[in-house]
Amino acid sequence: MSDKPLLEVENLRISFPTRTGVTQAVRGVSFTVGREKLGIVGESGSGKSMTGRAILRLVPPPGIVTADRLSFQGEDLLTLPEKRLRGIRGRRISMVMQDPKFSLNPVMTIGAQIAEAYRVHSSAGTAEAKRRALEMLEAVRIRNPERVYGLYPHEVSGGMGQRIMIAMMLIPNPDLLIADEPTSALDVTVQMQVLAIMDELCSSRGMGMIFVSHDLNLVASFCDRILIMYAGRVVETCRASELHAATHPYTRGLLDSLPRLDDTRAELPVLARDPSWLEDISPSPVQGEGRGEGDVGGPVRSAMAGPPHPNPLPRGERGHGPAEGGR
Amino acid sequence: MTAQTDTTEGGMRAWLTAETPRSRGQARLGRVYLGWLAFARNRLAMIGLGIVLLLVLMAALAPLLAPYDPYTQDLSQRLLPPSAAHWLGTDAFGRDILSRILYGSRLTLMIVALVAVTAPVAGLLIGTVAGYLGGWVDAVLMRVTDIFLAFPKLILALAFVSALGPGIENAIIAIAITSWPPYARIARAETITIRKSDFISAARLQGASTPRIILGHVVPLCSSSLIVRVTLDMAGIILTAAGLGFLGLGAQPPAPEWGAMIATGRQYVLEQWWVATMPGIAIFVVSLGFNLLGDGLRDVLDPKGQ
Amino acid sequence: MIDVRDLRVTFGHGADAVAAVQGVSFAVREGESFGLVGESGSGKSTVLRAVVGLNHDWTGAIAVAGAAQSRRREKGFFKSCQMVFQDPYGSLHPRHTIDRILAEPIAIHGLRDADARIDRVLRDVGLGPQFRFRYPHQLSGGQRQRVAIARALVLEPRVLLLDEPTSALDVSVQAEILNLLKRLRAEHALTYVLVSHNLAVVATMCDRLAVMNRGRIVEEMDVEALRRGAAREDYTRQLLRASQGYDRAAADSFKDFA
Repeated sequence: MSDKPLLEVENLRISFPTRTGVTQAVRGVSFTVGREKLGIVGESGSGKSMTGRAILRLVPPPGIVTADRLSFQGEDLLTLPEKRLRGIRGRRISMVMQDPKFSLNPVMTIGAQIAEAYRVHSSAGTAEAKRRALEMLEAVRIRNPERVYGLYPHEVSGGMGQRIMIAMMLIPNPDLLIADEPTSALDVTVQMQVLAIMDELCSSRGMGMIFVSHDLNLVASFCDRILIMYAGRVVETCRASELHAATHPYTRGLLDSLPRLDDTRAELPVLARDPSWLEDISPSPVQGEGRGEGDVGGPVRSAMAGPPHPNPLPRGERGHGPAEGGR
Repeated sequence: MTAQTDTTEGGMRAWLTAETPRSRGQARLGRVYLGWLAFARNRLAMIGLGIVLLLVLMAALAPLLAPYDPYTQDLSQRLLPPSAAHWLGTDAFGRDILSRILYGSRLTLMIVALVAVTAPVAGLLIGTVAGYLGGWVDAVLMRVTDIFLAFPKLILALAFVSALGPGIENAIIAIAITSWPPYARIARAETITIRKSDFISAARLQGASTPRIILGHVVPLCSSSLIVRVTLDMAGIILTAAGLGFLGLGAQPPAPEWGAMIATGRQYVLEQWWVATMPGIAIFVVSLGFNLLGDGLRDVLDPKGQ
Repeated sequence: MIDVRDLRVTFGHGADAVAAVQGVSFAVREGESFGLVGESGSGKSTVLRAVVGLNHDWTGAIAVAGAAQSRRREKGFFKSCQMVFQDPYGSLHPRHTIDRILAEPIAIHGLRDADARIDRVLRDVGLGPQFRFRYPHQLSGGQRQRVAIARALVLEPRVLLLDEPTSALDVSVQAEILNLLKRLRAEHALTYVLVSHNLAVVATMCDRLAVMNRGRIVEEMDVEALRRGAAREDYTRQLLRASQGYDRAAADSFKDFA
């Protein structure tokens, strides 16, 4: 870990104007990322995905992003012209999304896409790009890279698709990888294998990583440091190894509500949300996005216009592939 | 409930937008109201709605609005240009064009209404049944649809009218027969995506019969995109009806059908331009109105198109 | 209560045929909660869909509540056996109010006092009557899943099949739904079959479980053994290890079980 952070974020705010007022998805988040694995954990609507997206200015319109500081290796990502940003996006900061099916071009072979990802950011020739792509496929432990090189995205399994995404994102050798629920669509064993690959590439290349996830246990076992987000704020920051000694009642509540393998509790403790967790925030017409919250009978924010939900945030924690598909 | 009986606008609004409706009716009305709010924000759609409402008003009040009898011929008044006495001029038989356009709106509205209640309903049923049941039912129904789709609409309508004999009723039948296949296609495509969804499985697990699932679960989801499509097609239907009228196969003289009016004005189009132009403008405005309305409805009912 | 013998399900025909379930047998006693665990493609959901009658192309024997089931189910079958789906966003009709969703099964089976039943079942799942005339899009994920559970309970079934009922929900909501399911089972003496990829959920919810892989049952065990981590088969052990969080060494040792 180097002492100089790769990424510095100070007072990041993301808001979405809606008909009924302004929804604040992220309200004043600050953190730094060095050459480490930083986990951002939270439930749906906590703003964790938006935080990851804001770094690459990928917040969908009409979202408004402001920050006192959002700098990557000294460059201000907020004011950088789009053209310069494109040089950073993909080349120096890469992003892996949850569902590879939405991020891979269905009419291009996998090999061609990886090679292209390489050539966009370097001046290598076709043969060189192909060689590097095959190397990369091998690095993500795809057994028969030559064969997979010529396949189309629909011809591979979810686990392999995600490994291919990682290969594609890592081939320009970025300094920072933002992984947004990169493995939640995968089976546990495959998930572990994919994580092992990312872990190894991270440590061997000295890459920094932001790992966005809803899975507390996974983040605690995989990352170095954790931010816990709730309703657009960071409520707690801790070392991953010390998550189980977390102090914030929200973190504690989340940990307790997880079913465990050795569970003999007759009932799982239910998280009781305390309005004070939302403190220090200017009052907003909408609190906590009204999504996935559990207090039955409590105020639920209605979607005024029916199916076209005005809330642009991803809904639900999983099974919402398209919403976070990174189109 | 005391608060809900408040009839001021604020009270009404609160009742309609209530988070917790107290009855089926309130839930339904609330939903309609929210749809209306979304629709009302679209200025062009409101213009479209205005035009269509105007057409309805014109048709309903034609006897009151029309300054002259649309059928009374007065050869001394023939082919007069627009003036204070005849705002839109007169035609070759000295009939007041404004009066004829006003009465003609009744025919136009009748065509539109009758086609709208037959073709989309038939298309919806055929499409949802084919899409939901699949297999040979699907194959047979869709091949029939393909056959109808293989002919240009106007030509097919012409063939039907020639077979049935000219007249406004037969023109409507011909238009309805030729315009259901696209609706069947849309409904089938939507049904196929809906068929596999969990809420249809859930309905099956409650023991719901196939007709119940199709009518109660599939049709409501297909109908909104169909309503949009029908509204957008209205312009085409009006034009087809006008085309049939123009060719002498639709409404028969002296009925003041807009297409037939253009046809009779054709021979004077250079010297007495208003005879053909005025009904032409009427057709144009009404078609435009339906198109604008359809676009607005699409934004409300079928948001995925955006 | 449920007896499945040598169940086989094949999708597709000829060369494209995929044997999704290859000879699965298990039995669930009345009042028991039985877990079916496996990764995607293991056939666990396919088994559930065959039991409930959503899938017709199966061979073998399925008996529910003592009655052998044919491929097509009678209407009466659904009064004894219901299912809750994984995705609460997809399992409720978007244009129906909660009232309509809950009234439908009552109407189909010609039951009386619909209003009382709907009120009771809504209260049963922890939703008040104020939810009755809302539309699904006005509810959160957890509330929707409660409605889906209410819909399954309206006919007062004896067997409830749960297909990953909480995997689309946030953890804090998951705890609420799991608690609700536990309470309902105790109150209504229900028999559960719970399909899940999450061993911890199964450990909390079930008495006994079967681990599936590639269309076969690898191992049956009771939940005590699961809690102790006493698995006999390598596959189960690997699954157990993978569900205990990330461990580099473990991940490297994982292999494919055919």
